[in-house]
Amino acid sequence: MTTASDPASAEALHDVTLTVNGVFQQLRVPARRLLSDALRHDLRLTGTHVGCEHGVCGACTVLIESRPTRSCLVFAVSADGASITTVEGCLEPDGTLGDVQQAFQDCHALQCGFCTPGFITTITAYLEDHPNPTEDEAREAIGGNLCRCTGYQNIVAAVVRAAEIRRERTAT
Amino acid sequence: MTTKMFGQRVPRVEDPRLLSGQGRYLDDLGHDALEVAFVRSPHAHARIVDVDVSAALDVEGLVAIYTYDDLDGRTTEPLPLLIPHPALTHGRTPYALAKDEVNHVGEAIAMVVASDRYVAEDVVGLIQVEYELLPAVVGIERSRDGGDLVHADVPGNVAATMVQEVGDAATMIAAAGHRATLSLSIERSASMPMEGKGVLARWDPDDESLLMHTSTQTSTSVRQAVAAKLSLPVDRVEVVTPDVGGGFGVKIVHPWPEEILVPWAALRLGQPVKWVEDRREHFVSSAHERGQLHEVEFGYDDDGHLRGLSVRFWHDNGAYTPYGLIVPIITSTQLLGPYKPGAYRVEFQSLYTNTVIVTPYRGAGRPQGCFVMERVMDAIAADLGLDRTVVRERNFIQPEEMPFDHGLIFQDGRPLIYDSGDFPASLAKLKALVGWDDFESYRSAARAEGRQVGIGVACYVEGTGVGPYEGGHLRIETDGSVVVSTGLTTQGQGHQTMLAQIVADELGVSMDRIRVTTGDTRRFKYAVGTFASRTAVMSGSAVALTARKVRAKALRIAANALEASVDDLEIVDGHVQVKGSPGSQIDLGAVAVLSNPLRYAFDAGATRATQFAAPADPSVPPVPENDQPGLEGTDYYSPLRSTFANGMHAVVVETDPETAEIKILRYCVVHDCGTVINPMIVEGQVHGGVAQGVGGALYERMEYDAAGQLLNASYMDFLMPYASEVPHIEIDHLETPSPLNPLGVKGAGEAGVIPGSAAIAAAIEDAEGFAIAAMPISPSELFELRRRHAGR
Repeated sequence: MTTASDPASAEALHDVTLTVNGVFQQLRVPARRLLSDALRHDLRLTGTHVGCEHGVCGACTVLIESRPTRSCLVFAVSADGASITTVEGCLEPDGTLGDVQQAFQDCHALQCGFCTPGFITTITAYLEDHPNPTEDEAREAIGGNLCRCTGYQNIVAAVVRAAEIRRERTAT
Repeated sequence: MTTKMFGQRVPRVEDPRLLSGQGRYLDDLGHDALEVAFVRSPHAHARIVDVDVSAALDVEGLVAIYTYDDLDGRTTEPLPLLIPHPALTHGRTPYALAKDEVNHVGEAIAMVVASDRYVAEDVVGLIQVEYELLPAVVGIERSRDGGDLVHADVPGNVAATMVQEVGDAATMIAAAGHRATLSLSIERSASMPMEGKGVLARWDPDDESLLMHTSTQTSTSVRQAVAAKLSLPVDRVEVVTPDVGGGFGVKIVHPWPEEILVPWAALRLGQPVKWVEDRREHFVSSAHERGQLHEVEFGYDDDGHLRGLSVRFWHDNGAYTPYGLIVPIITSTQLLGPYKPGAYRVEFQSLYTNTVIVTPYRGAGRPQGCFVMERVMDAIAADLGLDRTVVRERNFIQPEEMPFDHGLIFQDGRPLIYDSGDFPASLAKLKALVGWDDFESYRSAARAEGRQVGIGVACYVEGTGVGPYEGGHLRIETDGSVVVSTGLTTQGQGHQTMLAQIVADELGVSMDRIRVTTGDTRRFKYAVGTFASRTAVMSGSAVALTARKVRAKALRIAANALEASVDDLEIVDGHVQVKGSPGSQIDLGAVAVLSNPLRYAFDAGATRATQFAAPADPSVPPVPENDQPGLEGTDYYSPLRSTFANGMHAVVVETDPETAEIKILRYCVVHDCGTVINPMIVEGQVHGGVAQGVGGALYERMEYDAAGQLLNASYMDFLMPYASEVPHIEIDHLETPSPLNPLGVKGAGEAGVIPGSAAIAAAIEDAEGFAIAAMPISPSELFELRRRHAGR
């Protein structure tokens, strides 16, 4: 194996195993490859989007071991062995829209859809711990994600609606 | 009867795909393409002495490095000046790669193509550029001084001077009972979509054709531009706009240097090539807007009627003028809003600076104009001791004065004539919504609690749906499904849903049988683009006209098949039937089969259309004269002039007496965009616009230092509103249909952003008791204003 210290020579590659949306994946990547790029370009799970490349906008948020994490701030090698959920993994097992996704459509909480995956994953995790948020709590919950289209009002409504759908679906 | 879709809160057909991670944005395509990174100027103004690539050549994965000297043919020319105007006497555009000189930080100097973006950026870091620094011209005052020049051959940095006048403003102002002046400024902001730009180009050497995907607001025009610059026959170039992560104006500019260079490299290398803009690149090499200084002089009578208005303003157009004078022309005309100015004179200069280019950002010059006009209204009210809404009412154009001709020329080169609107009714709705008449008691109650609150109002008129035209194509397939295409693009506005709603009603087909494609030149080649709140008006009307045409053909064929008169037929849920006799019917798929006389039967359905299937009139050809096979049609909509939407916003703010923090307590909107196709989508557009208005009023600005460095070129430092900064928005609608188009619609896309700075400034002014003349305003600036006013 060569070292990656000299950019003129080939970079060292590292074996990484991930469980993404329940599927076991093996990758061979340079140490500097971002998790966001590994998911998007190596595994072709392009639902995760990159908006700022420095952890501010939240579009790239995925769940690592169920915790919302900015995949543009994590190296793929750092996630070795982890279990990851992306927006593609937020669907119901039968492929229909998950609770948060359905709430987004019901409430018109997306326009261009670019920031949306980061909201979906963030809210999915939030509702695990906060099954019945108020509108103020919902606004707080999405306070770390940027959206340039919606003005957030319908996303706030979607958080509350998603909690409702989750309760309905759990009850049945 | 099929349920009427027009006017309903129909859920978006785009959503399931986008919500499940199945959207296809530019960087979701071409995973195996070569990738591009650029060497961009770190200096605002410099001469390029030398570009040394020697240290970079051995990097594994490097494919090519290109500088200006490598370009050939028409790629060596400056990029097009898209919208020439006689007043733009000194228009300048950049080269695709800088030739000899750079004029802003971020201007592209060298293009690196490599196996992936990581390697391409390694190479960028190893290329050495030697510069000879030139003085940077930053800010309107510095540019206006004319001491240092951005372009050596542009005297005084003046790209254009333009004057329009109706009546004799100077005389009218001089003769008025009251006169006043104001100096007003607005700072730079930017569209800042969540997805930056991006280009993927694939050259097929066997087919000798180029397929290009680009995150644009106009694929048809990119196609023309790329074919021209690459000297390719236009029919060998197709441009597809994939899902686009927001545009807000910046992506209407074209061709960006990268839109020429990426396909050029793909053609040269014979491999797919992709460039995806990163966030810093977007800040320093895309486009900004809004920066303007205004000097206003006006005269009014004892009742607050404006008698004359004279506005001089200076527009910072940045380093180049590819988009012409559109932004300042819009400011100069749309400034008038819903008011009659008496006499009006406006003069502007468009000035070069060594900063990123300025092109339309949602609102496009209107937020500045609205700020100016609404400051004038508030100044008159303050001087005369009149209620601010009363002054506005007295200056409104009345509904019975419509259509109202301002006597000016608008941004589309056509007369500025308002087609419709009921401004007194809108204001009455707004006053009721916000509780204008009860505000003083609210203020007193707040004051008793030690809180300081204020209310402001701002009104605007927005010319929407500008021409020249849009078109639609519609085909009913033999399975009864309907495919629709229009040439303009979509960036999240729900166009597929909105257009399907129109088609569903026109054709009598359910939404789930309709599929709409936008922005794909393989499907539709004639279009203008998505900007100026024009899609519902332009493509909506075009698609409606197209559907009517195809419907007429379907009825004609069905009448033959059913042996009925066309006048007796209707289409219900995809079936043509005799009115009142639903038993006698034929489904649209079968009509489509019959529309296409066949020799060969490829399935049972097709058998009906074959030559021995049914007795035919031997005296007419199978496809009659002036007819065509297939159940399809194309039509276009080209309006005489723009249609004018309007709206009014009222804002209640609280300003902290200690910290000068500004909090929006209420934000109320009355919006009139004519007949509404989908209220849910329109409200979403208003919400998003208001959020950008709040950002522009309180947070967003481009912090250039004197050397032309953009100090806040990241999402960390450029303060775009999060959910915590955007208030809950209350909306009421008024619908005054446009008489200019078949649907009665007006544009809605930009509306929400326009009066933000004006209304919020008015509310702060009302809370504080002193005038606000510059926006955006931060707590520190408000704190400073307080000290200045307290010291008087």
